[in-house]
Amino acid sequence: MSYLSEEKILELSKKANDIRISIIEMLVEAGSGHTAGPLGMADIFTLFYFHILQHDPKNPAWEERDRFVLSNGHICPVFYATMAHAGYFPIEELKTLRKLGTRLQGHPHREYLPYIENSSGPLGSGLSQAVGMALADRMDKKDKDRFIYCFLSDGEMDAGNTWEAMMLAGKNKLRNLIAIVDRNNIQIEGFTEDVMPLEPFHAKWKAFNWHVIEVSGHDFRALNEVVEEAQAIYEKPTVIIAHTIPGKGVKEFERDYKWHGKPPSKEEGEMALKELRNLRF
Amino acid sequence: MLNPKLKLNPKIFNDDVEQAPIRKGFGEGLLLAGEKDENVVGLCADLTESTQMHLFANKFPERFIQVGVAEQNLVTITSGLAAMGKIPFCSSYAMFSPGRNWEQIRTTITYNDRPVKIAGSHAGISVGPDGGTHQALEDIALMRVMPNIDVISPCDAIEAKKATQALAKTKKPAYLRLAREKTPIVTTEETPFEIGEAEIYWLPDVGLAQIGIIATGSLMYRALLAAKELETEGIKTKVMNLASIKPIDKDAIITLAKECRAIVTVEEHQIAGGMGSAVAEVLAQNFPVPIEFIGIQDKFGQSGSPDELIEHYGMGKNSIKEAVKKVLTRKI
Repeated sequence: MSYLSEEKILELSKKANDIRISIIEMLVEAGSGHTAGPLGMADIFTLFYFHILQHDPKNPAWEERDRFVLSNGHICPVFYATMAHAGYFPIEELKTLRKLGTRLQGHPHREYLPYIENSSGPLGSGLSQAVGMALADRMDKKDKDRFIYCFLSDGEMDAGNTWEAMMLAGKNKLRNLIAIVDRNNIQIEGFTEDVMPLEPFHAKWKAFNWHVIEVSGHDFRALNEVVEEAQAIYEKPTVIIAHTIPGKGVKEFERDYKWHGKPPSKEEGEMALKELRNLRF
Repeated sequence: MLNPKLKLNPKIFNDDVEQAPIRKGFGEGLLLAGEKDENVVGLCADLTESTQMHLFANKFPERFIQVGVAEQNLVTITSGLAAMGKIPFCSSYAMFSPGRNWEQIRTTITYNDRPVKIAGSHAGISVGPDGGTHQALEDIALMRVMPNIDVISPCDAIEAKKATQALAKTKKPAYLRLAREKTPIVTTEETPFEIGEAEIYWLPDVGLAQIGIIATGSLMYRALLAAKELETEGIKTKVMNLASIKPIDKDAIITLAKECRAIVTVEEHQIAGGMGSAVAEVLAQNFPVPIEFIGIQDKFGQSGSPDELIEHYGMGKNSIKEAVKKVLTRKI
């Protein structure tokens, strides 16, 4: 990764928009799945797969690659769409989401899609898998060569397993571990602060001995800078609390928890696609 | 007689037979596996000495991870380690792992296909005075219903040592069931152990057996005592050690059923879903014969000495003998 030029930011913005279009198309085709989280995380996924991650879509098993762990597997439409646009598999394949025989399971499964590091879906166990990877690299003295990134949701911060992982990462001062929390403030049944308050969120991570950074989840330049900061922190793991807008990009879907777990209908999809396709850069 | 081919402990029926906790064999086996392969790592949830992982942790502190009282973290961390090429062994009491963290094991280890080895110590009623909360009587069922995982329940410390070393070499997830109490040593270093293979430990001096007894874990010793006494009473049996509950040795079980036409299964576990159920699944589909099940009958345990509890819940030598006599009357 490196400095982001204006041209590169424009390119990333267009790419993120293309990925959002793919997300809507695949959800409408599938007839089930999650909408708000994938749209909200499209910018962060784009920045990672097209700028930050050391990876090779033509050689997914490249040993020196960074490791990317998706903890909240239900946002996989954005994961799959980003991977397809990055060249891991044909964009056409996105239409198979959730259908019998597909590699694109409703929640990601390594057996079907071996390019990914972990199967996920049940919430709360991704961060600890990333902690295990970071510990392995420390044992093997590879913790200066690459980073272990974990994306997780704020909703799954209700799960005890996540806090267990935070404690262990803090204890072991895992500098090679960078977590990005999608702080979109919603979960299935409502706003996180109604279902199970997380605030003071920043202070809680800090109390567990993490370096904590807050940033807009839609500002490529700011996001890029905080990832560089996280990479420079030597004595602690870093969490980036990324403030995102659930449903980002489609006005009708934004900031409404009702869009957490349902797909757009055909008509809603057409409305959303029109809005996304008419965006001017 | 003891099967002479298997080089079992000749002193098994002596009053002063050597005893050792099955978990001790795990500790020794892990140390040996760690010496052989530097990818072997150990993780524990604040029970390092109880689960005998301290032998490994002391020798390889840089390859040992203490996670604290956090069993969900214990297994999910191992998944991440295995993703990077490690061969993680994690240990706790069976009641907590796999008792507390079943979904994490399913999603991040078996579904995820990571070669993690889960050692559940203090399994069974023989945990004793600690009482029902600490007596894992459901762990075989919990683990064997999942695809893609081996389930091994050794009968003594020596077999546990061999099983641990064998599991370090496989690329699959595995559950290793261990007991706390000292258990008579049934096998010797020369006794064969293979994942997926059952062995006949006791057989008639001459002729065919009338009843087949299939035992697993620490109750193997009591099954042998029962078989020896039954022989003096004129009842010929064969006793199979079914340490490998999954993969299960179907051929050996069917062969035994064809010879004996009636089976008794013996385990320190709920009858529902345990080793006996696994045997019944094999026989019901291939060669149905009457079966009596020795095990816990849909109850929780309680405090008591291990021997008292085994007798109280009907898993002692006399209960095994009674089950053999009962199934004799049901023979097809």
